[in-house]
Amino acid sequence: MKTAKKDTKAPAKAPKAAAKPKVAFFDFASCEGCQLQMTNLGELLLDILGAVDVVEFREAISEKWDKDYDVVFIEGSIGDHHAEERLKKIRARAKVLIAYGACACTGGVNGMKNGFELDEIRQSVYGKDYKLFDSTPTRAIDQVVKVDYYINGCPVYPPEIIEVVKHALRGLPYTVPDNPVCSECKLNENVCMYERGVACLGPWTKAGCNSWCVNNGNICYGCRGEVKNPAKNAAKDVISKYNLKPELITKKFEMYNKCKEGAK
Amino acid sequence: MAATKDLDIKVEYVTRVEGHGNIVANVKNGKIEKCEFHVVETPRLFEGMLRGRSIFEAQHITSRICGICSCGHSLASVAAAEDALGVTPTEQTIKLRKLLLDYEFLDSHVLHAFLLVAPDALGVPSFVPLVATHNKTVRQILRLKKAVNDVCDILVGRHTHPITMIAGGWTKLPSPKEIDRQIEIMEGMTAELEPLLKLAKTLKLPNFHRETEYVALVSDDGEYPMLLGDIGSSEGKRVSRKEYRKSTNEFIDPRSSAKFTKWNKDSLFVGALARFNLNYDKLHPKAKAYAKEIGLKPVCHNPFMNTMAQVVEIIHCYHHALAILKDLKKHGLDYSQQITVGVNEKGSVPVRAGDGVGSVEVPRGILHHNYVTDKDGMIKAANCIIPTNQNVNNIEHDFAKFLPEILNLKKDEIRLHLEMLVRAYDPCISCSAHYLDVSFVE
Repeated sequence: MKTAKKDTKAPAKAPKAAAKPKVAFFDFASCEGCQLQMTNLGELLLDILGAVDVVEFREAISEKWDKDYDVVFIEGSIGDHHAEERLKKIRARAKVLIAYGACACTGGVNGMKNGFELDEIRQSVYGKDYKLFDSTPTRAIDQVVKVDYYINGCPVYPPEIIEVVKHALRGLPYTVPDNPVCSECKLNENVCMYERGVACLGPWTKAGCNSWCVNNGNICYGCRGEVKNPAKNAAKDVISKYNLKPELITKKFEMYNKCKEGAK
Repeated sequence: MAATKDLDIKVEYVTRVEGHGNIVANVKNGKIEKCEFHVVETPRLFEGMLRGRSIFEAQHITSRICGICSCGHSLASVAAAEDALGVTPTEQTIKLRKLLLDYEFLDSHVLHAFLLVAPDALGVPSFVPLVATHNKTVRQILRLKKAVNDVCDILVGRHTHPITMIAGGWTKLPSPKEIDRQIEIMEGMTAELEPLLKLAKTLKLPNFHRETEYVALVSDDGEYPMLLGDIGSSEGKRVSRKEYRKSTNEFIDPRSSAKFTKWNKDSLFVGALARFNLNYDKLHPKAKAYAKEIGLKPVCHNPFMNTMAQVVEIIHCYHHALAILKDLKKHGLDYSQQITVGVNEKGSVPVRAGDGVGSVEVPRGILHHNYVTDKDGMIKAANCIIPTNQNVNNIEHDFAKFLPEILNLKKDEIRLHLEMLVRAYDPCISCSAHYLDVSFVE
């Protein structure tokens, strides 16, 4: 899983004569931190920029590029009617669509909105004028249109960005790891958070982040989404061994996974 | 060119925190009929979503309000949470938080002043064409950005959405080796920083002045206040953070999903220029020397100079951070303060019902978080007032004075000047402001 570091010599570089893939970037409801992770790549960003042709970085110039996109990155989740329409239009013109970051992949923290009655939560923020601001339940991108690649995480993990981009540009499939964060956490020799007395979502959450948060003394918050086939019996063991209330785990899981509740 | 008699400008672009922002300006027979700055967002309803969550989750959640200011939101959040809980952070914790805030300022200001404003200095529409024409400068900026990001990664696990800095203290403290590494990276930055500071001096900014109210943290000690202090105003007012609502007076305008604010005047300004105007005396001597060199002195009423005040703050924060690091190296850290909290399953932090406020200067201005909690530490109500929102009203008032002053310019120049004015506020939309789509209909 440990992948591309600085030695990436852009193997997918297109021959000079060939046109570079047209790449566009769109953000929906999100903090745009995943976009920032791109600039945090430092000079590696220039390698990526060298291999592609960024035709759009913002919605602002969408009208100017009237042809199809080879690859689009979608950041953020869908939470109003305008966003839904805009996303569908983008999908219609995109050969490959990448859901970029937790908000796009699972709805992310925006999904917590779905734990409330919609009008009630709107009113709690905007008062009696709440109807001025359109709002629909939060949906992840694949709950609205087809998604070709997923880059999970809040924020996305830079080595995985590079890995997925390389796959997408070459048209190869990329499989998101479907083992739990614990598998990476053990290799990193962290003391289990349960042993330290707090409930952690590592056992239920997709790996691929190299147990980023637990390495830093915090718990796993489940930002990469639930593994397809969680070890239910092992989970039961954990809950009973540490004498935890199942509601505690459920509540923690809702922070990132409310949108996809029940969906597999 | 003759004065433009009729003008219909609509500028649409995507903002960072607030979703979409639009500029609308209508001029008829040389008279301005409308000149507004609209913010139209997808409401994310953070304040609503926080209800029912543990106060110990507030930092993690509110960090996600803005990926660019995630450390700033985290710092305001833990201050509010600790205020609600009645927890007093240790001296070491405060020191490390100040260091984190320095890094946050460096990172954000470098991005804005260099990567986003440098194209103005060099006369191109965005940083992308600079990759070809000014490769060395772009590499310097990206290396600097990466270096700040690296020290931040060491301190809090990662810069975007920090991991180790939580209500109650730190889940992991940097080892002596990691302190050394931060000093090494910081000292190595000068190679990139020096030429960029020189470049910034060549930036040409419009000469526009409008008196307004400047609001920032103020304090009684000699330190340039960023993390701690009261809320102060250039109108001579000062209130404690508990009374933050007095300084913001939010009101809703149907045109905009951002809430508007004002205090003692029609509008108020928060950000680097407000801090500079209120706390100039407390800046690091090298930062003051740079300000003097570029002719920036308090009180400056030119909003365009906010960018230059940011550059001045880059110098201040750089030296302030290095001083903290050297102090930490000298005195060492008390690792027994490392804590594991989760949602306080172990009850390691005493919990009470409370109403806490955290007011912190973040790169774009003063930021307030306010949480009301029940006796179990569950959030009952939350309020977050973001700097960009406080500035929206001021931007509109600037437009009203600025547009008549530039009406005799060519259309493209009017557009550029309006863009630059918005960009000067660094309102979390600066990236996109370089890609503004402006259409004129006459």
